[in-house]
This record gives sequence, structure tokens and C-alpha cells, in this order.
Amino acid sequence: MFQITRSAPVYDVVIIGSGAGGGTVTKVLADLGISVALLEAGPMLHPEKDFKMLKWPYEYPHRGALDGGASYFGHGRAFGFFSAHAGGWQLEGEPYTVAEGSKFNWFRSRIVGGRTNHYGRISLRYADYDLKPYSRDGIGTDWPISYEDISPYYDKAESFIGVTGSKEGIRSAPDGVFQKCPPPRVHEVLIKKAADKLGIPCIPNRLAVITQPTNGRPACHYCGECGRGCIPASNYSSSQVQVFPAMKTGKVTLITDAMARELITNDEGKVTAVSYIDKTTRTEKQIKCRTVVLAASCCESTRLLLNSKGKGHENGLANSSGTVGKYLTDNTGFGLGARIPALEGMPRHNSDGMGGAHLYMPWWLWDKKTDFPRGYHVELGGGHNMPGIGSFAGVCAQHEGYGDSLKKAIYEDFGTHVSFAGRGEMIPNKDTYCEIDPNVVDKYGIPVLKFHFKWTDAEYKQVEHMEKTFTDIIETMGGTVVKRNRPVEDKISVGGDIIHEVGAIRMGNDPQAAPLNKYCQSNDVKNLFVADAAPFVTNPDKNPTLTIVALAWRTAEYLADEMRKGNV
Amino acid sequence: MVGPVGLEAAQHVHEAAAAAATTAGGVYKPKGLTQHEFDTLKTLCEIIVPGASKGGAAEFIDLLSSQNPDMSAIYTGGLAWLDEAMKRQYHMDFLTAAAQQKTEMLDRIAYRKNRTPELAPGITFFNWARRMTVDAYYTSAAGIKDVGYMGNRAIKEFKVPQEAIDYAIKRSPFA
Repeated sequence: MFQITRSAPVYDVVIIGSGAGGGTVTKVLADLGISVALLEAGPMLHPEKDFKMLKWPYEYPHRGALDGGASYFGHGRAFGFFSAHAGGWQLEGEPYTVAEGSKFNWFRSRIVGGRTNHYGRISLRYADYDLKPYSRDGIGTDWPISYEDISPYYDKAESFIGVTGSKEGIRSAPDGVFQKCPPPRVHEVLIKKAADKLGIPCIPNRLAVITQPTNGRPACHYCGECGRGCIPASNYSSSQVQVFPAMKTGKVTLITDAMARELITNDEGKVTAVSYIDKTTRTEKQIKCRTVVLAASCCESTRLLLNSKGKGHENGLANSSGTVGKYLTDNTGFGLGARIPALEGMPRHNSDGMGGAHLYMPWWLWDKKTDFPRGYHVELGGGHNMPGIGSFAGVCAQHEGYGDSLKKAIYEDFGTHVSFAGRGEMIPNKDTYCEIDPNVVDKYGIPVLKFHFKWTDAEYKQVEHMEKTFTDIIETMGGTVVKRNRPVEDKISVGGDIIHEVGAIRMGNDPQAAPLNKYCQSNDVKNLFVADAAPFVTNPDKNPTLTIVALAWRTAEYLADEMRKGNV
Repeated sequence: MVGPVGLEAAQHVHEAAAAAATTAGGVYKPKGLTQHEFDTLKTLCEIIVPGASKGGAAEFIDLLSSQNPDMSAIYTGGLAWLDEAMKRQYHMDFLTAAAQQKTEMLDRIAYRKNRTPELAPGITFFNWARRMTVDAYYTSAAGIKDVGYMGNRAIKEFKVPQEAIDYAIKRSPFA
């Protein structure tokens, strides 16, 4: 007897992760005719079935409170029942640990498209000075690339995914290729008037939502619930906008439920295969590759490198610098809301619009002296949002009572609240990093990450500044802020909460100090690239997704070029 | 691709069907509560939010109670407390008491300031009932209409009515 064994295919590129980075690399390479295999740790996405777009709460007997009213007992689902994400702060059987004295929360989505299916769609370019922070204020490290290097890729990213905005000529918020942003809602008009008075720019928002037909995708239908997922793909998700169209080229092999475990290397130190767990059978499989692109998310990519140990790389692959896992940051977060009397009893109208604010405030003190380094931008909330579980809990608590007077209070309260959220730059520090926890494995036997996290005065002072700014804006609009005396440690978000983790596998000019070169290619392992937020050198006050797409695009083109030249 | 126009047509059918489902007739059989508890709750919900029956408030609470012992305990315990308190005061349970007696009792337990060791369980219970009745009503088709929410639909262009802007500005410090 003999067994016929077909030799397993060797893919030109294996991409690990199908979020913003992996989706972009898949699209760019497939368009260039390169065959790729895309590994995703979660299942396939079926937008028409999975997304709760245009659903009403009364279509579900629990109305969104989940079975048994779990949300009333603090066991709700992150972002609510209707959100499109598949995952959460904790995944069954896939723990992470947090060092004593640290607090850190890690949001993971296991699904084709990852966190792009539900994310906030805010799409802000980094400014020229964001990439050269050390040259500017002497803190931290400069990026190995400049704005001129990344700007053409921002153009490509914005043109392809579609981003709203307006030309403003503000240095902290570089202009891009924009589609028209819908007009501001009533509360946003008031906020802008307050901002004008205080000298804070308040400009049309930059959201990855299309307001004109783009590449076969119809314009936004303005239901205001992007977080539920958009069946016609009028907002950006890597699944619908990149992965599914790329699959039509015939160049993409998508492998779902594939949890990458380890990168396999040969004697020359090159990656030859990716070992993954097929979750449907809980068996280990290997897929062969000529090159590999890590896009599993900043922390998952880090985990994969640190778990890929072997002769000559006992501390993990691509880690001769010893810095993999270090320089991890999140954005700072602080929120404040208030009731605005001017909005009470407003004539009712549909204020849904795009799923997010129609205005935002870019950082405005970039050329002024502040008592903290770097800056933050401000995101706005408010409007007559679709009622859901808990929408009127505040009025109930304040008004108490019952009957017609309670109903009247609810009617008058509806749509009168505005909120402000600051997102700022955290300075990398030596006490914030992730490493492999030697004592814990997940249900697939893969060692898990342990997080260490610490804010410093730089972030605390920034958050105090946010509180003062938001209070000023609210008071200028005629609202009242309830003063609460609490320590700054309680005001600032918990590390990871903003879901803007970046920086644990840095790019740089010095191989001694950074694992990746300026094309996000490993210095140690030439056929290994990283295309998520892990290569980011700093975490400016701009949400990372647009920069992930731009950098991944650049990396994919470089990789294709190097393949053509026979260098990888 | 599904364009806004297709979505608009589709959503009317879908809204009508959903509204019909929530207001379907027939006698409701409680899933978690006894018939007496359910009837008492239904009366209470209707007093808390007039129109709550149209929003299916009691059915919502009953369903969640049937799925969760912690939720069930809040309502079976709270409703029993209410009946006991009514009997002590008026020698009748809540359902059979006169409208004025009902409101007298509720005026005591609907406010935190009345908290005494004697009333505390009732106040805690009423807080739950109020919160969940409000949630049920304002997530129903009737409540959504009542509060004036006009979105969750596909439209071609997003506009903000000038009268709404003028209304707010006139009442603001920017007038």
C-alpha cells in the first residue's frame, strides 16, 4: 500500500488577520495579481444575516436587554445588543492576564473584518509633526518616515474607502481626499457656536462613511447606526470593502476559524509556514508561505512573535532588539456630558445622520504652551437617538414619581443631552508593555499575554485639561456641569478602553532599537512584515484605523515590489 | 447592492410586520409570574406609564423573570410586598384596592426621600418597576412614536430643519 500525498500549496503571502491592516494588504496584493491566503481567527461574516441594521428594539422580546435582562445586572454586551462586533472584553476560553497594580482591558473581535465591522469610523490623518515628536519636543522617538512618505497612501486610503470632511488648512488635522459631510445637527450647531466663542476649531467630521456612490457601494442612507454594521457597505469595514471584493479576483484563499499559534522558520531564519489551530476541529495545521504579513492586531501580532521561539530566537521571532511588546500605548480617554436647556422641547425631526458626529474638534493648541506634551481631539455626542434599554434611566432617577408627569419629563428630556469625549496622545513609558504570561495558556494551548500598564503625569494633566475645556464649552452653551470631586486616576480611561492599542512592534531606523524597518519589514526575518498598528512609533491624538490602512497599503506595495525583485 | 430606495420600500413592510407582532391580540399566559402577579404587575405598569400595556411592559418583565431567577425574585418579592402593604393599610390587595388607595401607596414608594426601614423594600421594588416599564414602553412602537423619535429609516439626504435650529438658538445664550 502506498499513500498519495499531494504537496501542500505554498502561498506567496500568508496574511494573519482580516481587520483594517489584513484587509488592506489582501486587497492591494490581490489587485496586483499575487495569490494570498488570509487567516482569520473567527468565523465568516454574513452582513445580511449578522447585522441588525434598521432593526427596532421591539423586534426582540428582550428589547436589547439580553436574555434574562442580563444588562440590568451589569452583564450587558459591550456596545449593546445591536452592535456588529463579534467578541468583547473577554472571550470564552481565551484569557489574558494583567500584572498586579496594573489595569488593562483588551477588546478583541473574532470575525472576518475584525473590529472594523463596528468601529467608530473616525478617520484622521496624522500631522507632519506627529511623526517627528522627538525633533519637536525632545520626548520619545521620531518615526522613520515623514508625512511626505505617508501622505500619498492617505490619499489612496481615503479615495478607496471613502472619508467625509472639508478642506480646513489646519496643521494638526491635515486635509485629505474628502466626500461631503452632512450638515451639523441642532446640538452640533450650538456646540460649534460655543467653540467659536472659545476659539476652538469645530469642523466637519472625518468619518469613513460614503456620501456619494463609491466603487459600487451606495451612498449612506443616514440611519445613524454604523456600529450595527451596514449591509450595503456605505461605511468602511475591511470585510465588505476589501476582503469580499478581493475574493472575487480568485487570488484570495480565506481560511476562517484559524487561530495562528506560531511562525515556523527554517535554518536561514526565514518564515516557511504558519502553524494555526483549526478551531472547528481543534487540530493543529500548517500553511506554507513565501512571505508572511502579521495583521492580527497590535497585541495579537506581538503575542504571535513572542510565542514563536526557536534556536537563535529564544526570546521570540524578530526580536533581536528585545523590544517586542514594549512601547505599547492606548489613547487617553475622558468624557463629560450635560443637559442643555436650550434643546428642551425642540420640534421633533430625524436627527440620525451618519453613525457618529457631523462635527469634531481637532487639537488647537499645537503651537501653544501647555502643561502636558502633545494633544487631544474632541468627539461629540447628542441628538434624538433611537430609544433603547436605559435611555431614560437618568430622567427616572431624577424625576422619580410616575404617570403623566414622568412621561412629560421624559418627552422634555429626550435629545437634550450633549457629550464630549477627548482622545489624546499617551507617551510610551517603561511600565507599559505586554509579555507572555509563563503560567497561563488559552483553550488552544497557546500561551497568553500579560499586560502591564501605567499612565503618567503627561496623561493625567491632559485629562484635567479636557475636563476644563468640556466644562467651558458646556457652560458657554448654557448647560451646567455637575461638579464631582474625584481623583484624576478615576477620570482617565482604563488602559485599553479606547481600543487604540499601538506600538508593540515598532518600526525604526535603528535595528538595535526597533524590530521593523521603515517599511514595516522585520530586520531579522526578511520575509516577515507587520501591517496592523503594532509598528506605530507613537500614538497621536488621532484614531489609528486610517493610518493602519495607509501604512498597510504602503507595506503591501513594498512587499510586492520586493517579491518582483526577488528580494523576499 | 441594496440602495436607499430599495431600503425605503423594504422597511415599511418590515415595520408594519413588527408592529403587528407586538400588538397581536389573544390572551397572554404568564411565563414566569403567577396570573395574579402578572395582573398586578400589568396594572402597576399602566399607572407608572399610562399606555404601558400597548408597549407590552408586563409581558417584557414576565419574560425576563421567566429566564432569570434574580429578576424573578425582584418581581415576585416586590409584588408580594406591595400586596402585604396594601392589606395592612386598606385590607385589600393592590388589584382590588380603589384607584385612590393605589396612588396613595405609590406616592409613598415612588420617591427616595420617603425611605424608612418599613418602606425601603417597596421603594427599591418600585425603582425596578419604573425603570423597566419605561424601558419597555419607550422601546415599543407606541412609545417611540410618543417620545417623537423619527429616525431608524433609510433616507436619501440628511437635512436639519431650520425651525429646529432657530428654536434652539433663540433659547440659547447665542440668541
